[in-house]
Amino acid sequence: MIRLRTSLRPAVLVALAAATVLGCAKRENEIVIGEYGSLTGSTATFGVSTKNGIELYVDNVNAAGGVGGAKLRVIVEDDQSKPEEAATAVNKLVDQDGVVAVLGEVASSRSMAAAPICQQAGVPMITPSSTNPKVTELGDYIFRVCFIDPFQGQMIAKFAKSTLGLSKAAVFRDNKNDYSVGLANYFSEAFHAMGGAIVADEAYSEGDQDFRAQLTVIKAKRPQFLMVPGYYTEVGLIARQARELGLEVPLLGGDGWVSDRLLEIAQDALNGSYFVNHYWQQDPNPAIQKFVTEYRARYNATPDGLAALGYDAAGVLTSALDRLRQEDAAAFKALSGPRNEKQKAARAKLRDMIASTKDFPGVTGRISLDASRNAVKPAVFLGIENRAYKFVAAVEP
Amino acid sequence: MQELFQQLANGIAWGSIYALIALGYTMVYGILRLINFAHGDVYMVGAFTAYYLALWTGAGGANASPFTALLVLLGAMLVCAALGIVIELFAYRPVRRSSRLTALITAIGVSLFLENVGLRVFGADPKFFPQLIAPRRVELPGGVLVTNHQITVVVVSILLMIALTLFVQRTRTGKAMRAVSFNRDAASLMGIPVNRIITITFAIGSALAAAAGVLVGLTNPKIEPLMGIMPGIKAFVAAVLGGIGSIPGAVIGGLLMGVSEYLVVGYISSTYRDGIAFVILILVLLIKPAGLLGRNVAEKV
Repeated sequence: MIRLRTSLRPAVLVALAAATVLGCAKRENEIVIGEYGSLTGSTATFGVSTKNGIELYVDNVNAAGGVGGAKLRVIVEDDQSKPEEAATAVNKLVDQDGVVAVLGEVASSRSMAAAPICQQAGVPMITPSSTNPKVTELGDYIFRVCFIDPFQGQMIAKFAKSTLGLSKAAVFRDNKNDYSVGLANYFSEAFHAMGGAIVADEAYSEGDQDFRAQLTVIKAKRPQFLMVPGYYTEVGLIARQARELGLEVPLLGGDGWVSDRLLEIAQDALNGSYFVNHYWQQDPNPAIQKFVTEYRARYNATPDGLAALGYDAAGVLTSALDRLRQEDAAAFKALSGPRNEKQKAARAKLRDMIASTKDFPGVTGRISLDASRNAVKPAVFLGIENRAYKFVAAVEP
Repeated sequence: MQELFQQLANGIAWGSIYALIALGYTMVYGILRLINFAHGDVYMVGAFTAYYLALWTGAGGANASPFTALLVLLGAMLVCAALGIVIELFAYRPVRRSSRLTALITAIGVSLFLENVGLRVFGADPKFFPQLIAPRRVELPGGVLVTNHQITVVVVSILLMIALTLFVQRTRTGKAMRAVSFNRDAASLMGIPVNRIITITFAIGSALAAAAGVLVGLTNPKIEPLMGIMPGIKAFVAAVLGGIGSIPGAVIGGLLMGVSEYLVVGYISSTYRDGIAFVILILVLLIKPAGLLGRNVAEKV
């Protein structure tokens, strides 16, 4: 028995190796794109929504014949909502799968863990929804199709001060999260400059489940609102515990709140609160309604802002590929060829095409990338009333 | 002042959870001289069992009632008692006569096993506990606001601790447990069924951890497969602080841990929330290694 097993081993190894090689082998005339995201973990809806958005766009492109006959294939990796796993996932996409471009992540900390890998390998990366400014500063191959946190922080400060007429804020930030710390700082600066006061600035860590100690301190300072620039799981729990402690002021936050689980977690605790989103799903604009209808039909869910940005990120990449095909057919062909210097040069050209994106008609607004590879575009404010969202205002940059 | 009382009230509710988990550590240590590192994960399994029990039976939400909550609690305790017995039978009994280090490493192995099976079976996404009892705010004297959930946690913990103390002090099995803890070989010679006593100890300890898991789901509804790691470590520190092997020590240690955590977060910084546990551990080991209520026992050489 033992002898048989030993003699079988080389054969099994060869078979496995063959399967690996064949599994990765590129099919003729196919462009392989990598995607990494949090399909599981504390921000699972971020990754799932983004994946659905990307999948919807890519399948539409392929159904219409692909980009000039070349089909797009997306390889998706789960990073379990952890920055270190994001780096592992992108290493695999770049080294083993040989992708020519990468889409992801939502969370800025995870985009920042993966961006240096893409930059080093010369693989363009487009983050659909990481808003921390530092993400695209990591290199000229790193792009985003969303607005950035200085804009978002300014907008929340102005909304609180002018629209709601509140001048005493408490900030409750996630200390382990680049997005949260950045947004908290931009908000505080802007709110100060407008003459508002930050009466309390407390911190928690992603994954915490008890916030009562900090909320007790905050309550004693009597703020008029609570600015929580965190992610939806913690925001929902914070809202509930704030109400339990008798802290009844509205909560304000950024696009980290965007998730269809937010209200399931918070229940009634977020009524009267406001947050920033990338688009409004009931916008009558026909392009948005077409996207919402298709998405609903396929996933049986209303697309949130992150699904819309995933859709747009795939759109910006596809449009760059298409322009490359028209301008430099040889380079375009090299993208579906073997991984060599020729392909590397082609990826550099693809990078240039993404950088020159102008007025791309996305569902989250017209996308033009500026010199810092950021999108400049409007945002919307949503309010929460009786466990439902309502449109409050659209803000131009 | 009101702020301080509020922190203390929340700290006591939180500390009751640690106390319940610490009881399991201390009982197993008292009997086997084994630190059962898988105990925090049994607490996690308890929370998930209650979650699924509530889903299947439709308890919680609109059907919230203290009676169904009690059924869910008992169900989770039963399942985890069985889990504790299985763990003891398959993981610890085979290495009982080996060195203590072997048993310790086995415990870490069981802990990792439960965590990863949890990730596989329950998934990495956090789940949100249904509200088994309709939430209500209660104002205590001094303007301190707590929820009926927090009061439930404290009351159920106290009841379980009283029940455990009565069991250990007043029943024949309890007496046998004390005898085994005092000297296993002598107890065996006196005709005490040592194996059965150890099994019962694991069952009770695991049931208490399950109770802690259900109670935490009530006040802090987010549950996930790795939720047992930190509370497990902190409850272990609580058991050491109180004097490992001592049942009242575990309760006092747990309450002190909960309160100190709230005071540190409230008055110093949330960054030290987990750090405080280890500062306490180091201080106890330096100043009073036997813990607050522990006895100094000379090692036989």
